[in-house]
Amino acid sequence: MSILEARDIYSGYGEMEILHGVSLHVERGEVVVIIGPNGAGKSTLMKTIFGLLIPTRGSVRFDGEDITGVRPDRIVKKGMCYVPQTDNIFSSLTVLENLEMGAFIRNDDFTPSLQAVYQRFPVLEKKHKQKAGTLSGGERQMLALGKALMLEPKALMLDEPSSGLAPMIVEEIFGKVREIAEEGVAVMIIEQNAREALKAANRGYILVMGEKRHEDTGQALLNHPELGSLYLGS
Amino acid sequence: MLVEILQLVVFGIISGSIIALSGVGLSLTYGILKFANFAHGDTMTAGAFSALAALALLEAIGLPDHPLGPLSFGFSILMALVVGMVAAVLVGLTVDKLLYNRLRNTGTAVLLISSVGVAFGLRALVQFIWSPSPQYYIRKIQIARDYFGIRIKPDQIFIVILTALLVLAVHLFLTRTKMGKAMRATSDNMELARVTGIDTDRVILWTWIIGGALAGAGGVLAGIENKFITPTLGWAMLIYIFAGVILGGIGSPYGAMAGGMIIGISGEVSTLVIPTEDKPVVPFVIMVVVLLVKPTGIFGNR
Repeated sequence: MSILEARDIYSGYGEMEILHGVSLHVERGEVVVIIGPNGAGKSTLMKTIFGLLIPTRGSVRFDGEDITGVRPDRIVKKGMCYVPQTDNIFSSLTVLENLEMGAFIRNDDFTPSLQAVYQRFPVLEKKHKQKAGTLSGGERQMLALGKALMLEPKALMLDEPSSGLAPMIVEEIFGKVREIAEEGVAVMIIEQNAREALKAANRGYILVMGEKRHEDTGQALLNHPELGSLYLGS
Repeated sequence: MLVEILQLVVFGIISGSIIALSGVGLSLTYGILKFANFAHGDTMTAGAFSALAALALLEAIGLPDHPLGPLSFGFSILMALVVGMVAAVLVGLTVDKLLYNRLRNTGTAVLLISSVGVAFGLRALVQFIWSPSPQYYIRKIQIARDYFGIRIKPDQIFIVILTALLVLAVHLFLTRTKMGKAMRATSDNMELARVTGIDTDRVILWTWIIGGALAGAGGVLAGIENKFITPTLGWAMLIYIFAGVILGGIGSPYGAMAGGMIIGISGEVSTLVIPTEDKPVVPFVIMVVVLLVKPTGIFGNR
């Protein structure tokens, strides 16, 4: 059974329905990328899975439990972390304090997780006393990821992790995401800048106008003759 | 001349202490709840009058009250101070539970205006119980001591030291404890705090506890400094507190400390050049200038 499964989701904001019956699943150790044009409903889908929006129809199952409409802070406790696209770190807190906040719900000793995060992102250890607001774009994204990893989550939801980053940094970030997944975490990414994401992905979904248009392996989607020009840019 | 200026600076530090202490609480609630709590001043008043009730009670049960060292008051004021702080916390929590909590999703304008209503309500309640006339905390007259030509009363040294200790305690809470850090995180970005799993309801609770305790302490210290209290004590101070908080950068507790001190000192020092009765103009002028030139304040980053 998939660790994360969304079934026939209808969701949106108030009267405005944005998703018209979307289903998807993510397995342990897998990176799944949702791509699609602006307004396709990618963010709505992620927010619905994470409990920030309540679907009008359909269900979300996570780790064998129905989490449809469960509050985000409860979902976090079940082992799913969400990294928003912007404002995903506490900029007035230090790097270390951000990581500590990532472990807020833990009452045990989180030093091993902190060491693991530092090992994965050495720059965070080097700058642990610095205010997070002083970090560069790439470092912020690493901190946002590190903050989520402090919970040793089973699933990670990343909203446009590449946004605003230089191509080289994007590659590095996706490399790290790949590593994290290979250690058994289910990773779901939504991306507009899809090419790099698909390279790191096991599978991808293409979402258009609130409906699932295509579903294939990352490589197949990359090589698809029409999709390339339609959704990936040239 | 130099001694004269230093004397005014010392007076400024004393009134600045009370402004700063109250300002930290106001700034914390603003930072977390994103609305300017106009009832903060009257929460101070409620704290000051609850302390008065505690003093009366201690006197009634005949507790001997010898002045502590050079101070003009005894141990009972210290106990009353704790009562005042607890009472102000209870006021804050009760109002939040009854009112603000239900209005949390209506927007900050509604919260702000209801806090003005709370302010009037609290003051009316205090007047109803204690009458509008001044009530004495301390009847003993204290002679100021002379330190290199500068006159300071021991009570005033007590006010400054206690403020420093409370501010230090808040600083340690905000930087060393998990709840304190969560409070700063929530103030920084409440949405992110929620998706991070931070229990923001508990953070709000702690904000009222700390903000209320500091308001209560500020009210009692104002009573010690003036020797008496009136039901308009907090409301009258609110403009100075707001000026300090805005100067320091609203939402930043450290800014509120610095801003409160600057307001206190500049108010006193200004009497060198302007008539003493115009002193209340100073915080207004500073507030307007800050809002025009740097609305984010000295320590504000938004």
